[in-house]
Amino acid sequence: MNLLLLNVIVLVYLLVTLYLGYRGWATTRDTEGYMVAGRKIHPYIMAMSYGATFISTSAIVGFGGMAGLFGMGLLWLTFLNIFVGIFIAFIIYGKRTRRMGYNLGAMTLPELMGRRFDSQFIQWFSGLVIFLGMPLYASVVLIGAARFMETTLSIDFNLALLLYSIIIAAYVVWGGLKGVMYTDAMQGTIMFLGMIFLLIMTYLHLGGVTAAHQALTDMASLVPQNLAAQGHRGWTSMPALGSAWWWTLVSTVVLGVGIGVLAMPQLAVRFMTVRSSRELNRGVLIGGIFILAMTGVAFDVGALSNVFFYTTQGKIAIEAAKGNADSIIPVYINAAMPEWFVYLFMLTLLAAAMSTSSSQFHAQGTAIGRDIYETLTGRKGTGSILVTRAGIIAAVVIAVVLGYILPENIIARGTSIFFGLCAAAFLPMYTCALFWKRATRAGAIAGLVTGTLSSVLWMVFVHKKEAEALGISRFIFGRDVLITQMPWPVVDPIVVALPLAFLVTIAVSILTRPPDNAHIDRCFKGIK
Amino acid sequence: MLGIDDPWIWGVYILCILSTVLCVSYGIANWNKGEEMEKQELMEEAAWEAQELEMQEKELGM
Repeated sequence: MNLLLLNVIVLVYLLVTLYLGYRGWATTRDTEGYMVAGRKIHPYIMAMSYGATFISTSAIVGFGGMAGLFGMGLLWLTFLNIFVGIFIAFIIYGKRTRRMGYNLGAMTLPELMGRRFDSQFIQWFSGLVIFLGMPLYASVVLIGAARFMETTLSIDFNLALLLYSIIIAAYVVWGGLKGVMYTDAMQGTIMFLGMIFLLIMTYLHLGGVTAAHQALTDMASLVPQNLAAQGHRGWTSMPALGSAWWWTLVSTVVLGVGIGVLAMPQLAVRFMTVRSSRELNRGVLIGGIFILAMTGVAFDVGALSNVFFYTTQGKIAIEAAKGNADSIIPVYINAAMPEWFVYLFMLTLLAAAMSTSSSQFHAQGTAIGRDIYETLTGRKGTGSILVTRAGIIAAVVIAVVLGYILPENIIARGTSIFFGLCAAAFLPMYTCALFWKRATRAGAIAGLVTGTLSSVLWMVFVHKKEAEALGISRFIFGRDVLITQMPWPVVDPIVVALPLAFLVTIAVSILTRPPDNAHIDRCFKGIK
Repeated sequence: MLGIDDPWIWGVYILCILSTVLCVSYGIANWNKGEEMEKQELMEEAAWEAQELEMQEKELGM
């Protein structure tokens, strides 16, 4: 591999990124420009930015590797990514979010909720959940990107971390959401090209669509004993119903990540960046194709890599990757693809990481500046942009520090912890805010607090993967989880916390006095 | 079907493609719809901006 050429390509890419960040800065004049990109973003930029933020490196490499280990069952997540994450999100949630955000002059998801329910508590508490919950998720992406730069560009890890953080901080701090979305769209375009090539070349290599799948189906007898015991029945079969892997697939992967996306604050805010529903209609088309090309290709190719490794090396993918599922995709790319593609794919992964990181830092910055600082101090205006900028820098520093001090297994859980927490805390309140006029402030607060607490408690004391990694349950009670009877230790928090929070929101709303009609009319103005 | 025996898997393979087709057809069918509110919003915004400028002048002397 030509290291110099690769470094030059990455340098050019980084310069383009900084230029787009500068463009964002040059066209941002006020708070609205900084926080919701002036509400006049082009549908292509909006949809690509939504998709590129949604899909991080871990969705391609981590979950793609998981598909290499467990097979095509992960495509259920792709289906939800497209149907729920794009179709329902844009058309059902997005249009109302846009209009209500406009009616209420809201610039963040917590602010939209706070104004809809006329409650400052909702705004700062939601901001706090984001500011405290997101650093783990941000750390995953940050550390992953720096490790990746370390191994591919052969530069020191600390230097990679420093470079990556400074570049992102620079264009997020100065460029605001416009800078973030312009760079996202460019990064999304690179990701799209990279993944489409990967799909075409994989199928060509393995003799066509049906032949490739058939070869993978025929490998079912090669599943190792220990995986079969967890429910693995071959790479083109669903895991055995009710087995440990079935629960993980269905509750954590498919439901947690697939549904949780609706309430991600850094995604929901993008609906407020466009001028009208027309942009969202157009965005659906672009977003649908983009997501299919991302997780659809990653999970398909991840599973099919087994055929490649078996025919060339006589091993299944997880053996070829020396037992580390995260290495399956990189090892496959290096072994099966031409050299020029390896460069393109590295750029794809760097772009995927940067587009996710930048939005995480922007969301944390606005949470601290707009939602916590402004709400609690009552100060409005330019001061909040300053605090937001400081918040973004703080978020970057916290993510770096966490990456250094926390053990690797807890960092790796960061994505699912944050998705689960957001879904349980925000989804009931957000859904009721948009679709149910009778929902009351007390109901929303009760649901928000219930969802947050039950989700956190379930992670700390019941769901084995987080409980073990956090170690709080062991510290207090001397054992990893409080309920050992199956399937509870493998049931994701979202399965319990989300319905509970929904029930509480609805029940408390019914029991309390309906909201003021004039206020509801203002919120729902122009919403059919 | 497509070299896959389990209907849950080939089913979802097709479902992924169908849901993308759904997104694409929805986008095409509604390509120019949904801008009705835009004009009204622009007018509201112009009024808001004028008000904002006035406020800035008054409060900050800008």
